[in-house]
Amino acid sequence: MIWSKYSAPQAFYPLAGRLIPWFAAVAVLLMVVGLYMGFFVAPTDFQQGESYRIIFVHVPAAWMSMFLYVVMAIWAGVGMGLNARLSFMMAQAIAPTGAMFTFLALLTGAMWGKPTWGAWWVWDARLTSELILLFQYAGVMLLRTSIDDLRRADRSSAVFALVGVVNVPIIYYSVQWWNTLHQGASVSMATGSKMAATMLMAMLIMTIAFWMYSIAVILARVRCVIVERESLPAWDEKPAVIHEAVEAR
Amino acid sequence: MSHSSMWDSISGIIRRDLLLAMRRWSDAAMSVFFLVIVVSLFPLGVGPEPAVLRTIAPGVLWVAALLTCLLSLSRVFTPDYLDGVLEQMVLVPQPLSLLVLGKVLAHWMISGLPVVLLSPLLGLQFGLEGEALGVLVLSLLLGTPTLSMIGAIGAALVLGVRGSGLLVALLVLPLYVPVLIFGAGAVTSSMAGIGGEANLSLLGACLVLSLFLAPWATAAALRIALE
Repeated sequence: MIWSKYSAPQAFYPLAGRLIPWFAAVAVLLMVVGLYMGFFVAPTDFQQGESYRIIFVHVPAAWMSMFLYVVMAIWAGVGMGLNARLSFMMAQAIAPTGAMFTFLALLTGAMWGKPTWGAWWVWDARLTSELILLFQYAGVMLLRTSIDDLRRADRSSAVFALVGVVNVPIIYYSVQWWNTLHQGASVSMATGSKMAATMLMAMLIMTIAFWMYSIAVILARVRCVIVERESLPAWDEKPAVIHEAVEAR
Repeated sequence: MSHSSMWDSISGIIRRDLLLAMRRWSDAAMSVFFLVIVVSLFPLGVGPEPAVLRTIAPGVLWVAALLTCLLSLSRVFTPDYLDGVLEQMVLVPQPLSLLVLGKVLAHWMISGLPVVLLSPLLGLQFGLEGEALGVLVLSLLLGTPTLSMIGAIGAALVLGVRGSGLLVALLVLPLYVPVLIFGAGAVTSSMAGIGGEANLSLLGACLVLSLFLAPWATAAALRIALE
């Protein structure tokens, strides 16, 4: 089995098509289990009541948002190093999902912040660095769409993604130190109590569910990117359809 | 490549860019006036209360320095890109990252150094005095070269792209966040009496890191833009 053959978009396209249903099925299954555990099995928090239950979406989303940025940067770096088209396509496909999780983390953070801290938005270190991460995702995507030449668009957004990955930890720590300097009122992420085992379990299950969801969605999107870039109809269409499309051009 | 010829190529670029800037001094003057106007708008918007002004001064001055640097970024590579000099720079035997370093240092001298020199005056407008004023100048002296370094990456990435003015702001401003935090933080903490040394050291660390990495990334971005 030669894995490198799948670095060709033509070979990867059908493979991705075969993999998507599996990842999607696992994602749905785990999400059902994780949400059930999170909402019905996990005990009520003695400080925050029921409102804490949003962590089963919030924390996995925040983890995925950072993880996907690193994965995107790795694909960008592989693309730059090996000059592989598919790597750039992967980086392109990851960005919207990463941005979505970043937004989800911010949104659920705001929804959690209101009942717990009494404010929709607090300049907490994690919230702020998550916001800046969203800006960086936006930068990667906007840089790509503003450049018409595909090769340049790929490589330029790869350089920016790589610069960003150096910057993300610096931003995180700078914002953290800035926050401790300005330390305001009652904002503390430490809830005091040790997390119950079922809570942790539900959170991990949700993380894996989001992970599987990301793979499924990214593979579906990379298929679209392949079709779009090669300006051909989907490869697993019937030969007659492809033939017709080629004729029409 | 010997040490002296390395320095020759950097200083040659700096001299050339400074000469060009002197011939078109109005460009540099515009940055300076922009800075003064932006800073002067804040008291008009916030109110003349001295205590309030003193509290917001570090942030306002630093954000204004950020914006001034941002607006002058299009001048780093675009003129050379348009008249073809940049392509020659890629072709010459000297490493492109060295030439980039020269161009960025020249950009800092033209648009960053005036900000540093003007900052005591603007600080006085906001009622800063004594040690805080000194820390403000020092923080800008350490921080503005980093802004030029990071900005050059963005300027190279958007070279010749439509809507590049806004795009470079979107790319570069998030990357400026640590410098803004440390820079304004140094002034704020020296005003609070705990000394700005920690933040100044971090600004220095940012400068060293950007001196090390940014010319390399900028050169890569320029090669991509020009191929």
